[in-house]
Amino acid sequence: MSSDYIITAEHLTKKFGDFKAVDDITFNVHKGEIFGFLGANGAGKTTAMRMLCGLSIPTEGKATVAGFDVYRQTEDIKKNIGYMSQKFSLYEDLTIRENIRFYAGIYGKSNAFIKEKTARLLKQLHLEQEANKLVGSLPLGWKQKLAFSVAIFHEPQIVFLDEPTGGVDPVTRREFWNMIYEAAEVGITVFVTTHYMDEAEYCDRISIMVDGRVEALGSPGELKRSMNAASMDEVFLKLARKATRSAD
Amino acid sequence: MKQFLSFVKKEFHHILRDKRTMFILLGMPVMQILIFGFALTNEVKNSRIAVLDNANDIASTAIRSELNASRYFDIAADLHSYRDIEEAFREGKIKLVVVFPQQFNNDLQHFNTAQVQLVADASDPNVATTLVNYATSIIKDYQSRITGDRRLPYTIDTEMRMLYNPQLKGAYNFVPGVMALVLMLVCTMMTAITIVREKEMGTMEVMLVSPVRPLKIIVAKAVPYLLLSMINITTILLLSVFVLDVPINGSLLLLIGESVLFTLTTLSLGLLISSATNSQQTAMFISLTGLFLPTVLLSGFMFPIENMPLPLRIISHLVPARWYYEIARSVMIKGLGLGAIWKETLILAGMTLFFLVLSIRKFKIRLA
Amino acid sequence: MEKSFLNKKPNGSPGDGAVVVENIVKHYGSNKETVQALRGVSFEVKKGEMFGIIGPDGAGKTSLFRILTTLLLPDGGSAIVNGHDIVKEYKAIRKEVGYMPGRFSLYQDLTVAENLEFFATIFNTTIEENYDLIKDIYSQIEKFKERRAGKLSGGMKQKLALSCALIHRPVVLFLDEPTTGVDVVSRKEFWDMLKQLKAQGITILVSTPYMDEAGLCDRVALIQNGQLLSVDTPQAIIGQYNRPLLAIKAQQMLRLQNDLKQYEDVEDCYPFGEYHHLVMKAGYREEQLRSFLEQHGHHSAEVCTIQPNIEDCFMALMKN
Repeated sequence: MSSDYIITAEHLTKKFGDFKAVDDITFNVHKGEIFGFLGANGAGKTTAMRMLCGLSIPTEGKATVAGFDVYRQTEDIKKNIGYMSQKFSLYEDLTIRENIRFYAGIYGKSNAFIKEKTARLLKQLHLEQEANKLVGSLPLGWKQKLAFSVAIFHEPQIVFLDEPTGGVDPVTRREFWNMIYEAAEVGITVFVTTHYMDEAEYCDRISIMVDGRVEALGSPGELKRSMNAASMDEVFLKLARKATRSAD
Repeated sequence: MKQFLSFVKKEFHHILRDKRTMFILLGMPVMQILIFGFALTNEVKNSRIAVLDNANDIASTAIRSELNASRYFDIAADLHSYRDIEEAFREGKIKLVVVFPQQFNNDLQHFNTAQVQLVADASDPNVATTLVNYATSIIKDYQSRITGDRRLPYTIDTEMRMLYNPQLKGAYNFVPGVMALVLMLVCTMMTAITIVREKEMGTMEVMLVSPVRPLKIIVAKAVPYLLLSMINITTILLLSVFVLDVPINGSLLLLIGESVLFTLTTLSLGLLISSATNSQQTAMFISLTGLFLPTVLLSGFMFPIENMPLPLRIISHLVPARWYYEIARSVMIKGLGLGAIWKETLILAGMTLFFLVLSIRKFKIRLA
Repeated sequence: MEKSFLNKKPNGSPGDGAVVVENIVKHYGSNKETVQALRGVSFEVKKGEMFGIIGPDGAGKTSLFRILTTLLLPDGGSAIVNGHDIVKEYKAIRKEVGYMPGRFSLYQDLTVAENLEFFATIFNTTIEENYDLIKDIYSQIEKFKERRAGKLSGGMKQKLALSCALIHRPVVLFLDEPTTGVDVVSRKEFWDMLKQLKAQGITILVSTPYMDEAGLCDRVALIQNGQLLSVDTPQAIIGQYNRPLLAIKAQQMLRLQNDLKQYEDVEDCYPFGEYHHLVMKAGYREEQLRSFLEQHGHHSAEVCTIQPNIEDCFMALMKN
């Protein structure tokens, strides 16, 4: 195994009864890469992501995340990744500071570390004034940015983002992507799903899942060239139209 | 009408397809009847008692064997001195000690009067009282037998009769109580939850943006639970008559009619809760603490209302189950007719009307 | 922003448009912490129009839809739907409109057919009566008739929900974010269905957070923070964009963006797909820009003038 890879998946498969949610997928993610994980609803993205996060044991195949095995070392995986989704991120009835404190506490960070980094983070996000406000009172875009910061607060090797920008306004969406770039700059690998095709372009490499399989893998430019498409939108449509199943 | 029927049909689909809830709804009354009827009874059966027989003569032996023969008592130990009594109670198994003095028969024969001492473990006062009563009545029975028809000038015969429930069976109390409880749970909680669920699922939103009138939505929700309650009442009555030997002394028709009335009360209460809450959790919580507990505690079936402090006695008037419990006991156990319970019936009917009008008025035709 | 348009009374009698909204205000919460959901929204939708309300989550789209479907009372302003006042004549409106809320709002434990039948009866109609209207949509899921709605895939749920909202042949159809969280393929399919409905003469109000869907509407209202940024045809909104817009691409995109933000003639620079979009001040000089890029080592930079799209317009309006 090359040490340059932070995620490796070989013939990874997950079956629910007869149904192959994830069907023999193989791919690697480089360290520090922004990896877009695309696919239509029901293509198997969520199931694959769950296996990589150590939340679900694969039926067949091999995979390692941050060097840990997805079958046996799920606890180690969880310590080394961050996770954020559109649906579940922060506690709305806790303040910004309390949320940060809580999540940092989960990862067993020292008080000094938490204190110092919280101050830095609040400054970065221009949230110093709002630090003691309830998260529920923040606009959605701010919540998502804060949630992302919290997900990488413990300085994980990889962060998994599940549709992080759904419904966010175009300006904040781009600010969010700037944060992703910054995280990648300091060496955090970003594994992200999205429904916005323009966001697919912001990734270093992307994979597109169709019916549980990885049907395309490469940089946005490579994919457009090989599929003879003008935009990622077109690439996606060409691939996804081949899908025969449609279940969530 | 077609609209209404399709609503009712839909409700039945919801209930019938949720197998687990269905099972609980239909199984709960059976469970409760069995638990209250057998396990939780305060009726005394085969209580372990001890005898300290200082006389050991014909009379004491005779009473001793009568006690042992009765189904209330089991003589578990024979004690030899007063000091043993304390010991026996400490072990906790003996609930009552019967002490015969020396010369017991002699006293009885010559002075026409003799004393038996009953020492009871009164840490549970209810049980202690009951045991003492049973023992007294057995001893009195013996006494009246040996004295026969002879009227003795100086003996005062105290005679007790337990009316309506001669065997002091707990089930007589519990069956009406359980009926109140089950109806409260099934109707109030379930109707409250089912309406609130539609709010949570967002289906209420779609329903409101349609020409359906609120009254129809509400009544259609209640119908299936009314039916389910009828099934439950039937199960409870069948179980109590055939398993617990509780007779229905009064008119069955009246009993069922009153039960339907009470079901309507609980349904309208459920509707009221549902129109005031927005989450299933809150609806459940209100139903349980606001209704279930008062039903258990303040309807009189667990604890006699007469013994409560005044404030609680006043509050108990607001508990619908109190009135239904009164009615069910009067009809079922005492065999009384409508003439004796018209007041309670009227109160229930009034409450129903009040809740119903309030919940229809409170029903929101909009989201907020 | 075109204040004059917003404040102008709609022409003719209120019954003219399918939906006439005037200065609607809505806030939530108590006195201390009120959240302004809508801050005076006015627009008019013509009969038979496909009207898009486009904005991010929390912009006030759902509040607006709930007010127009009589589910909420506005705190100020008035609105007329199909000739009826939304407050006084809510019953009439409820008979005439179709509404599909943002989240799936059908009975998950009823089958596809049962759901449709139920909604037909509550609107006092039958499936047969209006089958021609929903045929194209419903026929796609008809083979799953006996399946419980909860077991359907996202796309199929959507088709069923649309069928249910249409079963009584509504005059005005309100669709609150029907394509949110749905992948590109299903989104395309859904818009195709809407086009067919429009051809049947149904007025459609649809909200969406996806800017690229604006082009599929006859007219759109861009909404942000409870205020309309603009109401017009997508072409007109794009036409009003009055700054030079460039697309630019180089090797190091992040550094390119940071460098360009320092350049004096650049008003804004933001990533847009594989390019950055560069909003320039009027009268900028291309040669100067090129030499700036050279100076900063972006040698192979590819620059071209482009037409803005709705997203560019939205961002420009947002930042105003």
